[in-house]
Amino acid sequence: MFDVLLARWNQGHRTVGFPASPPALPDRFRGRPEVDPSKCPAGCRDCAEACPTGAVRFDGPSPQERPHACPPLVWRGRTTDDPGGESPLVVRPRHTDGGPASGRAGEEEGEVRGGGPGVQIDLGRCLFCTDCVDACPQGSIAYTTDHRLATRAREDLIARPGEVLKLAAALDEKARRLFGRSLKLRQVSAGGCNACEADVNVLNTVVFDLGRFGIQFVASPRHADGLLVTGPVTDNMRLALRKTWEAVPAPKIAIAVGACAISGGPYVDHPEVHNGASCEVPIDLYIPGCPPHPVTILDGLLRLLGRLDAK
Amino acid sequence: MTSPLTLHNGETCAAGEVPLLAAAEFREEVLQAVEGGRRIAALFGRPAGGDRVRLAAVLANGAEGTLALTSADVEKSFHSLTPDCPQAHLFEREIAEQFGLVPEGHPWMKPVRFPRGGAAVTDFFRVRGEEVHEVAVGPVHAGVIEPGHFRFQCHGEEVFHLEISLGYQHRGVERAMIEGREARRIHLIETLAGDTSIGHAMAYARAMEALSGARVPARAQALRGIALELERLANHTGDLAALANDVGYLPTASYGGRIRGDFLNLTALLCGSRFGRGLVRPGGVRFDLDPTRAAELVERLDAATRDVGEAVNLLWETPSVMARFEETGSISREVCEQLGLVGPAARACGVGRDVRHEFPYGIYRFFQIPMSTWETGDVFARAHVRWLEIQRSIPFIREQVKALPEGPARADAAHPLEAGRLCVSLVEGWRGEICHVAMTDAAGRLAAYKIVDPSFHNWTGLAMALRGQQISDFPLCNKSFNLSYCGHDL
Ligand code: SF4
Ligand code: SF4
Repeated sequence: MFDVLLARWNQGHRTVGFPASPPALPDRFRGRPEVDPSKCPAGCRDCAEACPTGAVRFDGPSPQERPHACPPLVWRGRTTDDPGGESPLVVRPRHTDGGPASGRAGEEEGEVRGGGPGVQIDLGRCLFCTDCVDACPQGSIAYTTDHRLATRAREDLIARPGEVLKLAAALDEKARRLFGRSLKLRQVSAGGCNACEADVNVLNTVVFDLGRFGIQFVASPRHADGLLVTGPVTDNMRLALRKTWEAVPAPKIAIAVGACAISGGPYVDHPEVHNGASCEVPIDLYIPGCPPHPVTILDGLLRLLGRLDAK
Repeated sequence: MTSPLTLHNGETCAAGEVPLLAAAEFREEVLQAVEGGRRIAALFGRPAGGDRVRLAAVLANGAEGTLALTSADVEKSFHSLTPDCPQAHLFEREIAEQFGLVPEGHPWMKPVRFPRGGAAVTDFFRVRGEEVHEVAVGPVHAGVIEPGHFRFQCHGEEVFHLEISLGYQHRGVERAMIEGREARRIHLIETLAGDTSIGHAMAYARAMEALSGARVPARAQALRGIALELERLANHTGDLAALANDVGYLPTASYGGRIRGDFLNLTALLCGSRFGRGLVRPGGVRFDLDPTRAAELVERLDAATRDVGEAVNLLWETPSVMARFEETGSISREVCEQLGLVGPAARACGVGRDVRHEFPYGIYRFFQIPMSTWETGDVFARAHVRWLEIQRSIPFIREQVKALPEGPARADAAHPLEAGRLCVSLVEGWRGEICHVAMTDAAGRLAAYKIVDPSFHNWTGLAMALRGQQISDFPLCNKSFNLSYCGHDL
């Protein structure tokens, strides 16, 4: 008994100061990339060729990027291809790879997106491996230690030269009244590598103490306000993901964590996978990384709940 | 009968040198080898033209430190090894699933990964009787964990039989290693089992280095050793914390959960990623350890060492914890040998199986970490072996950081792969033996890439450990193995 008390004393208080104080990240941490196309020689595509996932693009989707059509899912004799129950409360940016996304405040309809030609990085596909940096002879791409990466719309994940990343806006007032002080999530792991799962799970440790924000992972979708999906959604997990989503009572939200769940990640375009969670559920929050640092995940969740300043 | 070809870990041979036997001889050869103390490290097929499939076996002899290779061409069916050699059972199911071959006489022929969909839609072994009931769990579990399906046959609380059906994480890694773009390969390897990025990347890098004749600088070997042991420390600590949590002992659960992160953050100090992503590359490592960083690493390692000792020792001093750990989920030495278990699960049955000792490679050829074993084969043994290993990995890391060889951390140029060669690369990951078999074709392209994650050997061990246990002890037993779903499913 004495040992237990002594250990308690010695181990001290170890919860991080974040979000009140900035997170302590290693100097070699690879966060938000910055691109400077002014350094690029005309026609150079070295970075795009080195990229394992087709995340580097020039003036539109990379040539490696192929449209992925999910075949209809047959369940209980019904063929369904429309993602399950829409929430009347939540304004959802729908998955619109490449096209204009809804929910982009301040952007006029039909406006051609700025940024102009040059190298762009799709953070939804990016593994933050910096193979592109190694391949670039000019130093046009640099990965900063900025951990803030989560967005509300798929389109917002494209890092363009000279543009600030449009970080996730909070849910609307009504949804925030429902989820803002208590958000119960069911996690579904759908074909990833278990590193995203591990760094989601770590939020439950005393270090991050997720409970202090009223966010909790629950054992049943019936108890949940939404899903947090990891993995590229393998064919073998697709039905389970659909069933779990349908078991969550509306109104509900969905969060995609990791390159896999956003785009397929390292397995993008494998015939065995469906290139991310949006094949089955409408996504409200995208948290990029492979895996995202726990602080990046926490930052995204808090932004969604309107508990961080929109900085 | 020709004698099989033997290789050392990380050695190559001409692909044509592997003896090609008649199917019956091949079977005899494998059975005799296993009888004589070898273990199936890999058994797999690849297309050999027409309807033929070439089966190949890698048979490991730990005492000798050699890997025997043999092969045979088969068509449509072959005589199953499993009735005479249980450790072949999952390998044969995999071969049947991939090539449509029939292993004649296989006692439990079922899919492994359901590559054409419909995971776990299959018949399960059933116990019948009035008071027998069945419990089905998964694929979506209660915690934040990977998907898998568990089917228990119970009599009251007692588990008669557990069948484990996986495949939900199947994402076509082996296929993409051959067919996909080269730029993606290392990333498929690093995410094969995301908690074992260093272990698998080392196995892959060594295979590529051997096939291309690249020399790896001594400094890179030492840094790889440091990273591999850090990976072991983080995972073993996390497992001990999770075991504490499963018996409701919160002090160790909460300290250990944090200290696991402290170890992960040391890997991030080295390379920026908590999981070691981007560190190991063919030819060496991508991040060097400068003196300031080395000093910080040692300082933080010392702090974590103190904390982990205090947190873990509470377990052994707490009678209520020991009552749950001891004699729960026991596996006998015989079952361990028959199933060919690897890693801490095998060492907890008193079987001295550790690639770092039996097939030393890289830095482990020069620096030995004492092997940790225990005899009882129960949850306690699996926990205690982890604790012993934690205590032995830490001084190894300190020593390596202190005596870091001078020179570059990565060889200069990448060499092309040599044509028509084969390499077997083993690494002792934190879960046990990682086996990669790589082969090139006549043009020097990768023609076959076989991956055996330690979990592939060990899942059946978990099923056996549950026999005669209370179903409520399943989470505890499961954690004591902590196997990889994605590593199994590929
Ligand atoms: S860091 Fe991202 S964009 Fe660059 S090569 Fe890796 S995956 Fe591609
Ligand atoms: S995004 Fe990366 S880390 Fe996350 S599950 Fe996929 S492969 Fe693993």
